[in-house]
Amino acid sequence: MRFILGFIGIVFAGVLLISLITGLSTYFSNPPAPLAANVFHKEPKELHLASDGPFGHFDKQQLQRGFQIYSEVCSACHSMKLVSFRDLKELGYNDAEIKKIASDWKTQVPSINPDTGEETTRKALPSDSFPPPFQNEVAARAANNNALPPDLSLITKAREGGAAYVYSILTGFQDQPAELLKKFPEAKTPPNLHYNPYFANLNIAMPPPLTTEGQVAYAPGNPKPTVDQMARDVAAFLVWTAQPDLERRHAAGIAVVVFLLFATILGYLAKQQIWDEVHRGVRRTGPLDPVNQAKTRRAKAKAGIAG
Amino acid sequence: MSFSWAKPYEPKHPFMRWLDDRLPLPRLVYGAVGGGYPVPRNLNYWWNFGFTAAIFLAIQIVTGIVLAMHYYATADGAFNSVNQHIMRDVNAGWLLRYAHMNGASFFFIAVYIHIFRGLYYGSYKAPRELVWMLGLVIYLLMMATAFMGYVLPWGQMSYWGAQVITGFFSAFPVVGEPIRIWLLGGYAPDQAALNRFFSLHYLLPFVIAAVVILHIWALHIPGSGNPTGVDVKDERDTLPFHPFYTAKDGWFVGLLLLIYAIVTFFAPNYLGHPDNYIPANPLATPAEIVPEWYFWPFYAILRSFTFDFILPAKLWGVLAMFSSILLLFFLPWLDKSPVRSGSYRPVFKRFFWLLVIDVVLLGWAGGGAPTPFRNAIGQICAAYYFLHFLLILPLVSAFETPLPLPKSITDSVLHGEEAKAAPAGTKPRRAKTATAVVE
Repeated sequence: MRFILGFIGIVFAGVLLISLITGLSTYFSNPPAPLAANVFHKEPKELHLASDGPFGHFDKQQLQRGFQIYSEVCSACHSMKLVSFRDLKELGYNDAEIKKIASDWKTQVPSINPDTGEETTRKALPSDSFPPPFQNEVAARAANNNALPPDLSLITKAREGGAAYVYSILTGFQDQPAELLKKFPEAKTPPNLHYNPYFANLNIAMPPPLTTEGQVAYAPGNPKPTVDQMARDVAAFLVWTAQPDLERRHAAGIAVVVFLLFATILGYLAKQQIWDEVHRGVRRTGPLDPVNQAKTRRAKAKAGIAG
Repeated sequence: MSFSWAKPYEPKHPFMRWLDDRLPLPRLVYGAVGGGYPVPRNLNYWWNFGFTAAIFLAIQIVTGIVLAMHYYATADGAFNSVNQHIMRDVNAGWLLRYAHMNGASFFFIAVYIHIFRGLYYGSYKAPRELVWMLGLVIYLLMMATAFMGYVLPWGQMSYWGAQVITGFFSAFPVVGEPIRIWLLGGYAPDQAALNRFFSLHYLLPFVIAAVVILHIWALHIPGSGNPTGVDVKDERDTLPFHPFYTAKDGWFVGLLLLIYAIVTFFAPNYLGHPDNYIPANPLATPAEIVPEWYFWPFYAILRSFTFDFILPAKLWGVLAMFSSILLLFFLPWLDKSPVRSGSYRPVFKRFFWLLVIDVVLLGWAGGGAPTPFRNAIGQICAAYYFLHFLLILPLVSAFETPLPLPKSITDSVLHGEEAKAAPAGTKPRRAKTATAVVE
């Protein structure tokens, strides 16, 4: 049987060797052409938010600014189906404010006329989730050059880089570098797309949403609404929409870690106590280690053996 | 149980005596994980991961049952039931979900260390072949359970993972495609597949728990192995499981739970893939489809076959991937060396560490987008994996000269001292009292 199994092993290894050789020979005889997307793609910029780190918490003032940007800018195209108006309470809005935000929302909620049974719409209630800007995917694509604006509820969890990625995309719109066009003339950004080196294939369908300082008017007492500031604020807001549990999670996590640390240390001391009876604690270095020799001498003395 | 000096169960309370006469369940537990199970005294910390794995199985079952109360297995509702209902509206739903998600990873971490401990210390050798094989059955069931659980949130990776994994079967000629359709209940993953995956994902953990009982039962016949690989000779070689190993396992589980808690509470998505937060879309293939980290080495083996040598490359990949696990069932007969422990096998030991590096590299090769360099590393490592088990191991076991073994477990913990000067407990416990009297 071992011969059969050994033979199987050699066959698998042999086929792998053939695969390796053919793979390498194609690579060297016909090296893959470099792509503009591989050369000019950039990793997200650094972004520091109050919610970072194990003690991170939300900056409610910033989340409110971010929500303002979402409702005035992003929500024209992007849905946020998983978040409800009532959740805004965590941003510091009171019940009356939430009720007003819901009923003033630009799109309404599908409903049925109670008298006629016909389809109609009604104003949103705090218990509703944010009504999407488009009725369905076809409508969304039709209004956006056949591109589908993704739902933003989970966007900072659904993209590598999270909030930093969102911030980089929002502030990353620029003209195509001349170097890129020189090296890859065929990679010129097509019409209706926009060059953005933080996007995987460099050309994003979304036009720059935040373009001018003061595009959104912040209430007094807030920082100046520069494009950079607005991008930071909306990124922070989208961290909250994706992880509304973050603060509770951090608080619970610290309690659990402290408890486990305490329990583990007690458990370790209990184990030392229990094992003390059978454990001399000899070092692994062997019989010639001076510490071990000393222990041996002590043990011998205790047992009443000479030497 | 196995050793004559195992302490018999002696119920003290009248109720326990009454119960013992009618349903000796406490007696069973006492003999299995209590004071009635003698365990070699020299186990190191690599022996703690079996107990830890059982704890993680329990965590998975408890969190999973509660999650199932809030989850709905429908193709258009599953994603929202997890990411909206459970994560936002259910009380502490986020905790259950993240604990379950990361619990799966930590279950695999514990089991992988447990398996590699078995490989190094020859735990698969006689008389423990069935313990090893039942362990592999548990591992296979875990893989099936984890795969189906990953499909349930119905994100992009769930969907495309289901597509790729069930696609393995279509590699087989003639019968492959009908089998795939039968497994999925359709031509592509959809409502039928999601429903049956949920059903099986709920069932299999209990099957795992049952096989764990068989695994422990089979283990208790010869008793636990130990780092020297030398058989237990007399009472001086063992300590009762309780309190010695319950205490040792206990604090160590605390340590691992601490790491688990840090990941679950402070980096819950670190081990996952961002694409699974995008709802499943049969019309949009993700840029790269990668399974969860614990499948990366096998995914690398699958992807490494790129040349149609007689059979199509895909079939080679699927056969090799299944073989890479199945060959472990033959390990007791592939490694003929009578010496169990790798500590006394100088040549084997080197190859063992080479295998560890090999599997880590395979994981790296399977975890990222295929580039020519990554593929080449994957192919070399996959070839070594098969050669290691099917060729090198039998040859090493035939030609290697092992180091001299200690005469007994007790002997191995002495450092050239006379037996009388051994640590107190290596002598029968009566002797300790006797010396104390002399003093």
